[in-house]
Amino acid sequence: MTHNTVAEDVGTAPPRPARPPRPTAHPARRVLRALAPLPWLAPAIILIAAVVLWPVWEMFTTSRQNINSDGFNLGSNGWANYTAVFHDPRLPAIMTRTAIWVIAIVALTVVISLLFAQLFNQKFPGRKVVRWALIAPWAASVMMTSIVFRWMLDPNNGVINVLLHQLGIVKAFNGPQASWLGNPTDAMCWMIGVAVFVSIPFTTYALLAGLATIPGEVYEAARVDGAGRFRTYFAITLPLLRPALTVAVLINLMNVFNSFPIIYTMTSGGPDYQTSTSTVYMYAIKGYNIGQSGALSVLNFGVVILIVLVFLRANKNSLKAAN
Amino acid sequence: MATTTLAATTTPTPRAPRPPRRLPSVKTAAIAGTAYVIGIIFLLPYLEMIITALRPQNELSDRDYFPHHLAFSNFINIWHTGLGTNLRISLEVAGGATALALLVAIPAAYYTARRRFTGRGAFLLLVLITQMFQPTSLIIGIYQEFTNTVPVNSTLALILVNAGFNLAFAVWILNAYFGAIPQELEEAALVDGCTRVGAMFRIIIPLASPGIVTALIFTFIAAWNEFIVALTLTNTDSSEPLTVKMNTYLGQYSIDWQHLFAGAVIATIPVIILFALIERKVVSGLTAGSVK
Repeated sequence: MTHNTVAEDVGTAPPRPARPPRPTAHPARRVLRALAPLPWLAPAIILIAAVVLWPVWEMFTTSRQNINSDGFNLGSNGWANYTAVFHDPRLPAIMTRTAIWVIAIVALTVVISLLFAQLFNQKFPGRKVVRWALIAPWAASVMMTSIVFRWMLDPNNGVINVLLHQLGIVKAFNGPQASWLGNPTDAMCWMIGVAVFVSIPFTTYALLAGLATIPGEVYEAARVDGAGRFRTYFAITLPLLRPALTVAVLINLMNVFNSFPIIYTMTSGGPDYQTSTSTVYMYAIKGYNIGQSGALSVLNFGVVILIVLVFLRANKNSLKAAN
Repeated sequence: MATTTLAATTTPTPRAPRPPRRLPSVKTAAIAGTAYVIGIIFLLPYLEMIITALRPQNELSDRDYFPHHLAFSNFINIWHTGLGTNLRISLEVAGGATALALLVAIPAAYYTARRRFTGRGAFLLLVLITQMFQPTSLIIGIYQEFTNTVPVNSTLALILVNAGFNLAFAVWILNAYFGAIPQELEEAALVDGCTRVGAMFRIIIPLASPGIVTALIFTFIAAWNEFIVALTLTNTDSSEPLTVKMNTYLGQYSIDWQHLFAGAVIATIPVIILFALIERKVVSGLTAGSVK
């Protein structure tokens, strides 16, 4: 079994961990051995390179080009697109809004999901059905959910307005108060609500999975020691939930920062970009200045890389386990 | 106006005396009650979607919660606008992307789960990084690549992009499933004269089928619901998948809500069928890729 030809290496040789180094191996054979994983991995690597990595390169190239609104490339533009992005008078407001958008949604989602996970972890009749109901926003897609909310907020007869009118909160239909999405501040609040609504299912399930990994004996011990319910939660549950919580927060940060369909379908980022986050704004200026849009997307991509780096640090153990 | 209030829901619950040992405690009842309310709140927007899909045109501006007549014709009307074409494109994109992603992910996940080799760590790192990337942040690059550098048919481009961005999740979850299968099973097959490729098809793939089904359904739903790439790469009515087609209704001066939501209901049906098929796996699969 030691006369390994390359073909056998791919085909039949049983795997042996910690194979002793064999200095006698022919160099050509060593090269071929190193290439042995390729038939298995190459398709995946090629697909990732073509679809995920190539666009990164295209984005950088585009950000340094001068492309007019008809799509004609007028040649290199140096760093002018970046200068234009930084001198854009709308930039400070958009970046502030993006920060509020991300922080508010992730914070609200995590707090509500922690409560939901605790609730859905209890035993009660019909638990399975209720857990299923919670998946609805995920199955129906963010875009459809956003469209439904836009309809429910219709100033003339959206059901939310009808209900608020019955409760005496909305005084008149079709008025400025009922046109929630026409007013930037109100629109942002509602859209943050929709974003929390669609983020809760994943987060709650991630935390439920985390809760399931906490052994019952730990709670037993806490009870024997006379710890109260709140003390048990903050001293035991929350610390043991940290790995699941970290991953859930990071994935939410990424999703919310890249969130596009909610704002795009509900307000299109308007009026006058006053409800745009940097992702939506990047998409909006793509229509007339793709070079500058490229420069802004490179900046956005920097934020994405930052989140990925933190994600990798948090996943260090899981990557090590896979190795 | 708006006389159909929620009066029906306020009828007192009958409290028939029951054997005391079967009565749930107050605490359980409170927990269950809160959970039911939350469950209903999460379903309400979709209930409204269905109600509006059944609203007749002349009741569209009414302020009643429910229509007085049901207009099933909305579904027929929207279908006659050529929705079949968009449905076909959605199926092609989601089906093609799922097939491609699995075809590419299975060998890679199998090999990384079974063999130790140089570059294995680098490959898994690449997978983990791409799992975090989303098409939204790279949309300018994707647009430039598929409109200028390699202008291909938009359906093909959507298949490639959806397969590429969902590949990482598929590799990651399949890697975990393949790794959990005892090596002895495979070695027995190899001793019996099976090749490694043969062992993969006869032993590993059947045993890992729950993982494969999970990866399949997650990829399909992600591709089915994908919006921004499809919005960016398609520009004609006959090349748009359902999500983009639904969005074009919002651009009209007077939005045809009842038809829009009839289309949305049609678009959601395949997802519901898939969910019904994999009931239990959804819950574990939803978190398997991220929480270990």
